[in-house]
Amino acid sequence: MFAFIIRRTTQAIFVMLVISMIGFAIKNKIGDPVRDMVGERVTPAERAEIREQLGLNDPFTKQYVRFLKNAAHGDLGLSFFYKKPALEVIIAKAPATMELVFGAGLIIVLVSLPLGVYTALRPRSFLSRFTMGFSTLGVSMPVFLTAIMLIYIFGVQLHWLPSYGRGETVDLFGNGWWQSGFFTLDGLKHLILPCVSLASIMLPLFIRLIRSEMMEVLETEYIKFAWAKGLPPMRIWMVHAFKNTLLPVVTVFGVQIGIMFAFTILTETVFQWQGMGYMFLEAVERSDISLLITYLIVVGSIFVIVNTVVDILYGLINPTVRIAGRK
Amino acid sequence: MSHLLEVQDLKVKFALRFGDLTAIDGISFTLDKGERLGIVGESGAGKSVTGFAIINLLSKPGFIAEGKVLFKGQDLSTLPGREMRKIRGNRISMIFQDPMMTLNPVFTIGTQMVETLKAHRNITTQEAEKIALEKLRKVHIPSPEKRLAQYPHEFSGGMRQRIIIAISLLNDPAIIIADEPTTALDVTIQAEIMDLLQELCQEEEMGLILITHDLGVVSQVTEKIAVMYAGKIIETGDTQTVVTDPSHPYTRGLIKSLPGALKTGEKLYQIPGMMPNLTAIPPGCAFNPRCNLKDEICLKEVPLLKRTEKGIMAACHMI
Repeated sequence: MFAFIIRRTTQAIFVMLVISMIGFAIKNKIGDPVRDMVGERVTPAERAEIREQLGLNDPFTKQYVRFLKNAAHGDLGLSFFYKKPALEVIIAKAPATMELVFGAGLIIVLVSLPLGVYTALRPRSFLSRFTMGFSTLGVSMPVFLTAIMLIYIFGVQLHWLPSYGRGETVDLFGNGWWQSGFFTLDGLKHLILPCVSLASIMLPLFIRLIRSEMMEVLETEYIKFAWAKGLPPMRIWMVHAFKNTLLPVVTVFGVQIGIMFAFTILTETVFQWQGMGYMFLEAVERSDISLLITYLIVVGSIFVIVNTVVDILYGLINPTVRIAGRK
Repeated sequence: MSHLLEVQDLKVKFALRFGDLTAIDGISFTLDKGERLGIVGESGAGKSVTGFAIINLLSKPGFIAEGKVLFKGQDLSTLPGREMRKIRGNRISMIFQDPMMTLNPVFTIGTQMVETLKAHRNITTQEAEKIALEKLRKVHIPSPEKRLAQYPHEFSGGMRQRIIIAISLLNDPAIIIADEPTTALDVTIQAEIMDLLQELCQEEEMGLILITHDLGVVSQVTEKIAVMYAGKIIETGDTQTVVTDPSHPYTRGLIKSLPGALKTGEKLYQIPGMMPNLTAIPPGCAFNPRCNLKDEICLKEVPLLKRTEKGIMAACHMI
């Protein structure tokens, strides 16, 4: 198991290097830092001097190594709009996005597992047919449309739920960094609509995935043997079939959680949610290149970390993987 | 005297879109305590379906259309699910064809054995593990204490089949149904597994229904044989008599096609043609298109099983 974790972590570091290289290449080739920094009155000669001082004339590899060195110290460049290190800006915005993704993930798990299993066990029942029909609708509806519809129904017409902002939050660590909406009623109310609309894209996919995996597992010889052993149906479905169903689902969930971070851009914009996605859109409007690149690298890292954790989890539930890691 | 298991005129059908397909067309046989019965036939003759029908575990859309499966006088074919579960894996166990597919890959051998005991008895895990160890020893698994914590992929095919046999023995069943238990294994392992099954049945006085297409295995292990063709039993009786002196032309063809009686280099005998598809069984005797003895009557009338002078039953107009 230990060797397995080491191997997965090494792979993760390699992927991170590639992401950083792409990020750096974009930063290096698009935009001119000197132009961003100096005013119009600076002469071409002075510009050339600044360029030399900043090391912008060095070969690409040398600059990249310097970039990596700085990145290792947490320095990914300055956001010229915020006049602060870009990483600092993003870290300040991260908790809001994380809570959004966490809430959406929670909804996906809590809804898709029972529904997926139920529709697999009772494919002909009314609820199953309804779920499958509804999920087709869900898959084909873009997230911003879902979000606007939810706001219209629950915010504008019914006045049940607030439609923008994060509401009342609680300071989690006492230093003002992580403002959490999970611990106040108002904060939770504000979470509902954004989380539901973010979950709406992935939810139908997961119901369908769990359903088809479960149906496939139910047809296997080992499930038939479990029936022949005279086990109670609940044990066959919820223990024997369910664990085998989970294996592929866990992997897909890892990838989808990463993709959800990308989808937060849309959701956060519609709901005025002060997270990384909302910030990203603002940064695009202001051409804040350093901030954009840092966003890319941070989201890339989250993606890699989530996937590594999921792979390790997968190793824990699948005994054949554990053996392969030991060798 | 009533039999341990008595299958009476069993018909199994599959509900398909274009109508019901008859997979098993009225078969009857009996099994007594400690008796070993072999069911042989080509693929698609209805052997496995018979096995699953006995424990009422036909996969959809299969169902028992007619007939009875009497186990100690109780009709299993009409038993409600809850009652049937008490029989499966407890009084009647089943061993499947491919040991690589039969064990759940994500649970240890111990878990899969203990749950089988707990499903049928009110015992603690410790007690269940003790019984599991005892049964693993019985099927000659070396150092069984270590094995309980291992996963199926850590065993070879032969070892897995032994473990599956141990699982089927856990609740000391009265009958074991073995559905081609050695088909997926190496020849050397095949002999070991068959010897083991025979030995266990003799020791415990268990009834065995051995489903196979291997006549050699049947003649070694079983006392009674039933030859199936297109969903019917066409010859049944004492194994030695049927194998050494078959009556039905189909059984004769099967025996003739065994390589044992031939010299090296000689061409193997083959029954001409193929078993008919279940959707297109010819009128009269189902074997008539392939039979070299056929007459007018074979094309019109379905032959019934009748006793021959050798003391066995055969379904052929020409005997």
